[in-house]
Amino acid sequence: MGQITLKQVSKNFDELTVIPPLNLQIEDGEFVVFVGPSGCGKSTLLRLIAGLEDVTEGAIFIDGQDATTLPPAKRGLAMVFQSYALYPHMTVRKNIAFPLRMAGLEKAEQDKRIESAAKALNLTDYLDRKPSQLSGGQRQRVAIGRAIVREPKAFLFDEPLSNLDAALRVGMRLEISELHKRLATTMIYVTHDQVEAMTMADKIVVINAGVIEQVGSPLELYRAPKNLFVAGFIGSPKMNFIEGERASEHGAHTIGIRPEHIDVSENEGRWKGTVGLSEHLGSDTFFHIQDSSLQRQVTVRVSGEVGFAQGDTIYMTPRPNMIHKFDSKGDRIQ
Amino acid sequence: MARAVTSSVKITNTIIAGLFGSLLFFPILWILILSFKTEEDAIRAPLEILFSSGWTLESFSTVQARSDYLKHFSNSVIISLGSTFLGLLVAVPAAWSMAFVPAKRTKNVLMWMLSTKMLPPVGVLVPIYLIFRDLGLLDSRLGLTVVLMLINLPIIIWMLYTYFREIPNEILEAARMDGASLRSEVLYVLTPMAVPGMASTVLLNIILAWNEAFWTLNLTAAQAAPLTAFIASYSSPEGLFYAKLSAASVMAIAPILIMGWFSQKQLVRGLTFGAVK
Amino acid sequence: MATKASRAAARMMISPAVLLLLGWMIVPLVLTVYFSFLRYNLITPSGNPFVGSENYYWFVTDPSFEEAMINTLLLVGGVLLITVIGGILLALLLDRPMFGQGIIRVMVIAPFFVMPTVSALVWKNMFMNPVNGIFGRIATGLGFEAIDFFGQIPLTSIIVIVSWQWLPFATLILFTALQSLDQEQIEAAEMDGANRLSRFWHIMLPHLSRAITVVILIQTIFLLSIFAEILVTTNGGPGTATTNLTYLIYVSSLLQFDVGMGSAGGVIAIILANIVAIFLMRMIGKNLDA
Repeated sequence: MGQITLKQVSKNFDELTVIPPLNLQIEDGEFVVFVGPSGCGKSTLLRLIAGLEDVTEGAIFIDGQDATTLPPAKRGLAMVFQSYALYPHMTVRKNIAFPLRMAGLEKAEQDKRIESAAKALNLTDYLDRKPSQLSGGQRQRVAIGRAIVREPKAFLFDEPLSNLDAALRVGMRLEISELHKRLATTMIYVTHDQVEAMTMADKIVVINAGVIEQVGSPLELYRAPKNLFVAGFIGSPKMNFIEGERASEHGAHTIGIRPEHIDVSENEGRWKGTVGLSEHLGSDTFFHIQDSSLQRQVTVRVSGEVGFAQGDTIYMTPRPNMIHKFDSKGDRIQ
Repeated sequence: MARAVTSSVKITNTIIAGLFGSLLFFPILWILILSFKTEEDAIRAPLEILFSSGWTLESFSTVQARSDYLKHFSNSVIISLGSTFLGLLVAVPAAWSMAFVPAKRTKNVLMWMLSTKMLPPVGVLVPIYLIFRDLGLLDSRLGLTVVLMLINLPIIIWMLYTYFREIPNEILEAARMDGASLRSEVLYVLTPMAVPGMASTVLLNIILAWNEAFWTLNLTAAQAAPLTAFIASYSSPEGLFYAKLSAASVMAIAPILIMGWFSQKQLVRGLTFGAVK
Repeated sequence: MATKASRAAARMMISPAVLLLLGWMIVPLVLTVYFSFLRYNLITPSGNPFVGSENYYWFVTDPSFEEAMINTLLLVGGVLLITVIGGILLALLLDRPMFGQGIIRVMVIAPFFVMPTVSALVWKNMFMNPVNGIFGRIATGLGFEAIDFFGQIPLTSIIVIVSWQWLPFATLILFTALQSLDQEQIEAAEMDGANRLSRFWHIMLPHLSRAITVVILIQTIFLLSIFAEILVTTNGGPGTATTNLTYLIYVSSLLQFDVGMGSAGGVIAIILANIVAIFLMRMIGKNLDA
């Protein structure tokens, strides 16, 4: 149940190739996140799986069956849209009931499923309201409820948290993760937020201009990014990239070192620089340091509150086993 | 604006705006008043009319007796409703397909349809008149209904198109993901969401058809004349009977004034063809 | 959603509308053009010979043509002037905070919903009549002589009537456009030190310019065809003082039964309207892209 395979799937819009041929395997029960910058094609990919767009070439298999030409209704998938797409003229109850109605379920069974979904999502009090009377978070839950009652093979989420404010987002992230643990159903989740990707995914698919750059677990991507793009995309603040002499010292065209992997000291270290702007979060401090022999600034993250002022001289030492090496094409050197 | 507006500013604005509004509205108010007066009272000095004369319904009954208001009223009703309904029959499928299955040509087709509304009716007066004469359609409600349908069709299609386009595509996609067939999607999701827009379109078109005063004047005579032509018969010397003229006018415009109240927004949408948002 | 099957279905759904409008446009238009080249008079049966551009020649060289064209220009120009300026002022007025805005708006909009024949007759008889009309009474009450509107200034009188009818339209459009002006833009201007007049001139007016253009174009198209008001008040007279192009063609076609001439006039009217329509279509087209 819920195994999805994409074989040589490509998508063109008129003349424009949005997704060149790609292959992807999603196992049953996995929480897979498609992540990438805006316009990279992750939503398009999701919609191809959903059946809302036709593939230009290639095949999509769901549980071993060829679903490439099946309409969305017949694929057994449920989707939660970015704008929730609730039916404005129906109550919450009717919204959630709609897919069951379409499937021809008996009224008694419908009610049962609606009640249980409403309980699971804290919607029981709102069942008779219309979407316009609900808050953003509540609407989101209704959208999820509508997807759950169908007991689909897989859930598809299209940037569901983008329209929520920051605090709500964190809460909903946890709820969706919990939902996944409880239901153990495959979930494919699209986001541009790498924090969501890292915290929620079993497997992350990093997409750039329609091309899959890397597939792997969050830690894999963090520890061993395959190329410059993935290295720069995963992790916040961004990994520092350094070219030139310092890179060739390590036998690479470019080296990368994450801000959290640089140690600082007042008086000694491998690199020397001057403190520029600093950002104090209380829990961490970020320093943007002007290194005298580099053009770009180096970002360093230090735990807790550390007192370097602007203009101070500072010494940085990157931890040697945390240095990532990349060749001139941007690929990782082992 | 977050700044507090003082009451006195608001009151001043209200007075000035109220003044201009009243001036514009005055003719309508005036005929409303005069329609309830006797003919003798109606030609007295205006202040006298307002303050020292009685009210009566006799003007309304005279109008009905003398010139059969009801027949003309029913003509207006028939051709307004008829042309709107016929128009909907043709326009709904057209607007639907243009809004939901747009092709590269859709925009051009739409603009061409709108351009047909810009044809001056007098440019085709001659052939239409002759064709109607030869087909026996002169002075017929059927003929008039068809003509009014044709001249308003572009507006009906245009308005329905804009309303259909406002239905978020994602909601229709959600219905598809929820397992709805095309029929279910249209029946249970699309139509309920389109009904308000369709109602607005119907309203505006009834108004436009009711007030149309070119074809209704040139293609009708005693039988099929709607209220526009009915009133035209009051030009002279009947028009000097102020109470009767007022009563007849009030009866002719009352339904539309009421409908007009509800359709201000639609007016902007329908008659500027979207050039103003 | 656009698969091959749905495209074919879509084409089928548009075809009735397209065919109807095509027929409505082409058939009468072709006939009008055709008739314009014939000598065709309904009361003198003469076999309708082809006479080339004779009709056009006679139509255009008739003295009433020149007068009709001037009247048309005056009518359209006069109404545009009154409605656009009045519309801007009224829109600005309505945009302010006040009590009872809804009611006042309804009062301002109402004239647009009154059918043209009623407007014309009520104005002519009950307001502009020099003896019993309200204007006359006010004048004599104040010691002035009453103006015989339709006797002395018939065209102006019609301009007044038509302006009354169309002022609400212009006001409504301009008011809607004004409401879409982002309040923050005005506040930014205030912070930048602009006074009321500057704010109006530099921010509101440019924002409105698009709506003003639309109002002018749309009204022009309809104003070229003013008919009922003339028919019901003056029948084009005295003489041809209130005859516009539309009315002239009407007289030629349905009163003089000269199909040939009327058709020639009709073609001229169509060409005139087309010129305005081209500009309007461009504006609409730009908006459809948006």
